[in-house]
Amino acid sequence: MLVGEVKSIKELYGLDLIAPGHRACAGCGALVGVRQILMASKRPLIVVNATSCLEVTSTPYPQTMWKVPWVHLLFENAATAASGIEAALKVLSRKYGRQEHYIIAFGGDGGTFDIGIQALSGALERGHRFLYVCYDNEAYMNTGIQRSGATPLGAATTTSPVGTKIVGKTQQKKDLLEIVVAHRIPYAATASPSHWKDLVNKVRKAQSYDGPSFIHLIAPCTRGWYFDTSEAIKVARLAVETRYWPLYEVENGRYRITHPVPNPKPLEEFLKVQRRLSHLLLPENAEVLERLKAYVNERWERLQRLSACFA
Amino acid sequence: MAKVESSILPGGIISRPGSTSDYKTGTWRVKKPVVDLDRCTGCLLCWIYCPEPAIQKRNDGKIEFDYDYCKGCGICSVECPSKAIKMVEE
Repeated sequence: MLVGEVKSIKELYGLDLIAPGHRACAGCGALVGVRQILMASKRPLIVVNATSCLEVTSTPYPQTMWKVPWVHLLFENAATAASGIEAALKVLSRKYGRQEHYIIAFGGDGGTFDIGIQALSGALERGHRFLYVCYDNEAYMNTGIQRSGATPLGAATTTSPVGTKIVGKTQQKKDLLEIVVAHRIPYAATASPSHWKDLVNKVRKAQSYDGPSFIHLIAPCTRGWYFDTSEAIKVARLAVETRYWPLYEVENGRYRITHPVPNPKPLEEFLKVQRRLSHLLLPENAEVLERLKAYVNERWERLQRLSACFA
Repeated sequence: MAKVESSILPGGIISRPGSTSDYKTGTWRVKKPVVDLDRCTGCLLCWIYCPEPAIQKRNDGKIEFDYDYCKGCGICSVECPSKAIKMVEE
């Protein structure tokens, strides 16, 4: 098990908690992130999993890829189950002597942004000691790429197609991390599997707090974002480098950008590699592109101002 | 019939951790990654970005593929900083 900050990739080797043979698509971005999170996690570990791609592909009954205790729940109640497990373990350790357990709840963006947000809010408010990871592939990929609250403006999904009436989704993405931060929890952060060192150390930090913590992970989806199977990490990195996905953390209310992007690439570079968004580069969709750019810029500037307050 | 039922544990419990390794996903592959060991520096970046995991470290610190499970996505060949991994037709 790891102690302290991870500085080298070699420290992580041999700490895998998932087995190969799972049924995730070739080149799944979510599995890369989940693998890294599990490697970094403190142990003993219990994993709670809302219904999601991750749940469906990791446990084709009667097989499981997990090498840790794992429980599957419905879409809406991963956070509730994690609370219950934490409370039960607290009682057991009071009765039979202290043993520290760590709990990670995984939910997709549908299970977190839309369906599970009430349960998540309750768990955060009650202050249970667990880490909630929302792996965000920005639509309901498991059921066939329907739009969710996490889908960005202009993205084509099966329920927000590009046509003559609308150009992909007509609403902006919900800023979930700000909702989480509003619960005044000790630790919340965004992360990307492409920046593995940033991600694993955020997991370590999140688990060092005696309270709820939250990580919002970008999970590029080869099927739903329409890019080649080899490009998941490249796309995740472009999201960070174009400031589409700012890497920051909120530690006891103090904002800090963990990966400053002084010279961002143009947002078009992130859009053009994915067929769900590349239509925004057409001249007739310039207005939608401008709105998306304004959203990305405003978010970044706000984060910069907030992190400057606490510098 | 009775035999099948008795093998299913209550609550849908799966009692063998990591049992997906019974299933060889290598058959999904269209192209396979091949590493040029002269160029491989053993940085393990391919390993940390592998979704399976289907990459292992050899005794000399360089890497090798587990073709039983590699689905041939090609992330490793894109991410390798020394361009040591090529995707070739099966």
